[in-house]
Amino acid sequence: MTTVFGVPLPAILGQLMLGLVNGSFYALLSLGLAVIFGLLGVVNFAHGAFYMLGAFAAYIGLQFLGINYWWALLLAPLTVGLLGVLIERLFLRHLYQVEPVYGLLLTFGIALIAEGIMRSLFGASGKSYPVPPLLQGVLNLGFMILPIYRAWVVMASVTVCGLTWFLIERTRLGARLRAATENARLVQAFGINVPVMVMCTYGAGVALAALAGVLAAPVIQVSPLMGSSLVIVVFAVVVIGGMGSIVGAIVSGLVLGLIEGLTKVVYPEASSIVVFVIMALVLIWRPAGLFGKEP
Amino acid sequence: MRAQIALYVGLGLLALVAPFLGLYPVFLMKLLCFAMFACAFNLLLGFTKMLSFGHAAYFGASAYITGWLVTVQGWGTLEAILGGVAVSMLLGAVIGAIAVRRQGIYFAMITLALAQVVYFVCLQAQFTGGENGLQGIARGSLLGLLSLGDDRAMYYFVLAVFVAVFLFIRRIVHSPFGQVLKAIRANEPRAVSLGYKVDRYKLTAFVLSASLAGLAGSLKALVLGFATLSDVSQGNSGEVILMTLLGGSGTFLGPFVGANVVITLQEYLSDLAGSWVSVIIGAIFVVCVMVFRRGVVGEIQRRFGQRSD
Repeated sequence: MTTVFGVPLPAILGQLMLGLVNGSFYALLSLGLAVIFGLLGVVNFAHGAFYMLGAFAAYIGLQFLGINYWWALLLAPLTVGLLGVLIERLFLRHLYQVEPVYGLLLTFGIALIAEGIMRSLFGASGKSYPVPPLLQGVLNLGFMILPIYRAWVVMASVTVCGLTWFLIERTRLGARLRAATENARLVQAFGINVPVMVMCTYGAGVALAALAGVLAAPVIQVSPLMGSSLVIVVFAVVVIGGMGSIVGAIVSGLVLGLIEGLTKVVYPEASSIVVFVIMALVLIWRPAGLFGKEP
Repeated sequence: MRAQIALYVGLGLLALVAPFLGLYPVFLMKLLCFAMFACAFNLLLGFTKMLSFGHAAYFGASAYITGWLVTVQGWGTLEAILGGVAVSMLLGAVIGAIAVRRQGIYFAMITLALAQVVYFVCLQAQFTGGENGLQGIARGSLLGLLSLGDDRAMYYFVLAVFVAVFLFIRRIVHSPFGQVLKAIRANEPRAVSLGYKVDRYKLTAFVLSASLAGLAGSLKALVLGFATLSDVSQGNSGEVILMTLLGGSGTFLGPFVGANVVITLQEYLSDLAGSWVSVIIGAIFVVCVMVFRRGVVGEIQRRFGQRSD
């Protein structure tokens, strides 16, 4: 059997695939974070909590309402996105005039509330969510065994990321969004309703996080704390990619997931910190991030 | 000014007699340790406007090091405290040097991410005891003269250290160095154009704050006799922000007041409310940010027409 660093090749490919799956979640989450930051100037600490709520929405839907995976894929982001819209309306909107750190602190508080409520209702232990029947099983590619669901997660997330990129960079709506990011007052003066656009953008970013949560539900255990450490990794990902850069968020999310997977093979002890170490190195070399413009 | 001095003297007297008022000394010491932690944090957030989201790293690392030096290496109490502080100073220097390259929210995210590295190291390293943490850390004695095993003796030791730290922070803020920090807080580009090496000032403030946070952490380890993962966790970093914000960042007494409120709440609510505590803490966060950005002491000072510093 072929081995690399004394590890069998299929094992390495398996870890890389897992890394790519994680990278897909990083990409979806950091994309939402970057879009929200670009327009609102808010670092959304609650992003991990919304990811968790998305997974829980899927779980609750299946357990209590009989809503299957495919409907959850649509309904969970919609519900959680609406919650995001509500939070923007009630709270975030009033913080645009003050310093950006208050947005970070507010969303941190919201994350604590969401995690606390879910822990009180469902306990701290993980819940398992079954892989939908259509995506069960494995593909034997000859050189590795590929679980179909993992391949689906990567495909789905790359597709959604691509669509979001297209929406922002290539459509009329996206052009307005980018213009508002540059100069909101001027765009408002041209008769575009910027506050509504801001509200929808926040909702959409949050919905992306919830979508990642639904995709993640069958791969990892659904638990109230699943988002709280993930959000820190995603912060590091956007710092590496450069805040506000769409392409940067997607590419660095996927690549860092892969690197993390590779580290699990070579030096497992370092796998949980490798993203942060890369962040530190990038900051020393290019303080604005790989894809970011100098501030 | 006279009212302020009267307030400090009153608080000092209260602190001196507190153990005789039926208050549990260990709880009082815990209050003082977290108040010290919040005061150290305030040096950054309040007087330099740098939001560090990873201060638990210095607090917790120092707690672990002090505990390890006492239990495994058999060091004396003072040396172990100094060892812990030295490590958090070093950590502060390394993390600070990377983080001060960016401002505002970037600074917050970078300190958070690097603190997470410290957390994972503490989780995986051998000497920290992993999930269990370090237990049974003995308080020892002061230079072999005064045993700190007695709760009251330990209380007065912690109180003395707290007062020293409090006065030290006042001294820093009112020194020429502190004036430069305030200038940076008010307008960083202007401070640069006036010729100040802004990054160096910010790094110095960061290292000072990290060291004092470390001092608070190692005292906490000695007071309670254990150091655990929750000391280095993200939650602890969040709580110290809440204490400072709630009490009033940029005021001297604010962090002390905030720490008292938060720790007391946790102590009483943990039996009553269980896992709803984090919901309540989160709700206080939201209220603070939305309508109460000056904090308790900040609001009082505004009412009575005092300047904040």
